[in-house]
Amino acid sequence: MIIKFFELIGEFVIKMLSDFGSVILIYVDTFKQLRHKPRFRHIIAQMSHLGVDSLTIVSLTLLFTGVVFTLQTAHELIRFGAQSTIGGLIAIAIGRELGPVLVAVVCAGRVGAAITAEISTMKVTEQIDALRVMAVSPVDYLIVPRMIACMIVVPLLTVFGDLIGVFGGYVVAVYYSGISSYLFTNSIHVFANIYDLTGGLIKAIFFGNVIAVLGCYYGLNCPDGAEGVGKATTKTVVASIIVIFILNAVLTFFIYGD
Amino acid sequence: MIKIKNVSKYFNTKAALKQVNLEIFDGETLAIIGGSGSGKSTLLRLMIGLIQPSEGEIWIDEDEISKMSEEDLTRVRLKMGMVFQYSALFDSMSVGDNVAFGLVEHTDLPKDKINSIVKEKLHQVGLEGVENLMPNELSGGMKKRVSLARAIAINPQIIFYDEPSSGLDPITTRTIDELIISTQKSLRVTSVVVTHDMASACRIADRIAMVYKGELIALDTVENFRKINDPRVQDFFKSLVTQ
Repeated sequence: MIIKFFELIGEFVIKMLSDFGSVILIYVDTFKQLRHKPRFRHIIAQMSHLGVDSLTIVSLTLLFTGVVFTLQTAHELIRFGAQSTIGGLIAIAIGRELGPVLVAVVCAGRVGAAITAEISTMKVTEQIDALRVMAVSPVDYLIVPRMIACMIVVPLLTVFGDLIGVFGGYVVAVYYSGISSYLFTNSIHVFANIYDLTGGLIKAIFFGNVIAVLGCYYGLNCPDGAEGVGKATTKTVVASIIVIFILNAVLTFFIYGD
Repeated sequence: MIKIKNVSKYFNTKAALKQVNLEIFDGETLAIIGGSGSGKSTLLRLMIGLIQPSEGEIWIDEDEISKMSEEDLTRVRLKMGMVFQYSALFDSMSVGDNVAFGLVEHTDLPKDKINSIVKEKLHQVGLEGVENLMPNELSGGMKKRVSLARAIAINPQIIFYDEPSSGLDPITTRTIDELIISTQKSLRVTSVVVTHDMASACRIADRIAMVYKGELIALDTVENFRKINDPRVQDFFKSLVTQ
């Protein structure tokens, strides 16, 4: 019984290390392929396919986050006479954390899953083998354009999401909590600065990278069959979200620590 | 020439191929036959470099590919074309784009020239006016033809066929067989056909190799192959009679 328990732990650790090593190797391959001429047509197509289609869900997520965040904080801040900080607080919170992290989580579910589903289906139907037989690297053809597209699209979606989130906060602060429009916008000018936005965008670039590479990794390594495609897609979403949260803590430490 | 020297392939501890030795000469058509799970598809995948052998060497002309990196294999693979069992057409691309794929990736030919080559190759496999169709609009036989057109588009020296008659009716199978023969004759390529269809193997091949439980148990010309007095080989010929 005890031996079985330790065997299971050992198996889990080996699987984790093996997955980690495989992802590192995919990164090495991907960066090697970056020396080739970029496939601009593919990158644009991926940006359109993965990015534009996510606009609605990103808008809704950040709009309601801004609304709820303001509902929760405005009342307390007004009670302490700190209504002049509401706009700044919302802008900083959304710009630094909520915007990039929520957009990344939404994209992990929407974009990462789409990437895995597409690539794993290609694998199951031997299209990946066909690429290799035709002397085309699947890493160069599939991963690099998706990685570059996600590294551009996720920050763009983050900027968009930040604006929508602050707008949601503005609507609640002005029309529900009774703060003047000038006080809200002036608070943003006083407390927030460009660094609050750029720091979030740096995070978004890393998150986009992780979503694309993990999506491709699980797609390329999916087990055969329709069930395998489903499992790979789920793994992508779970792994991406975990990595995004861990990476967010690390990046916050480096970008905003002291 | 393709030379396979003492090649074994293990998946975990299970041997899929055991000490296989085989030479495939330039310009010939070799059919590799065997039952399901005999190891014939593994042998094919080894020859293309999709998997690496556990032991032994695989030579494609002057290149030993069994230990080559994926990047070095690219150069060797430009000599090869492959028709997959389920065609493996890129389902996000039109038929024309599928056939043009190799040319777009590996040549600097202008678009007009590529389009005319695509038309020519599709004509060669008996298809016309299908360039703008998507793969899901094609029948199984048409997919196989498009897959062949894609394989021959870059003028390979070797064409591999993985179960070309799988999932096709007998008439379409015969048509595909004739296409394999005519392609071999017109392009003078080396053809390696993996199949479990004995009738098809007899029609298209110069020589037949039989793989049984991971071992190469017979290799000879079609005429001589019929005379091999091995019950495992004869069982396959019996299937031909019952057909």
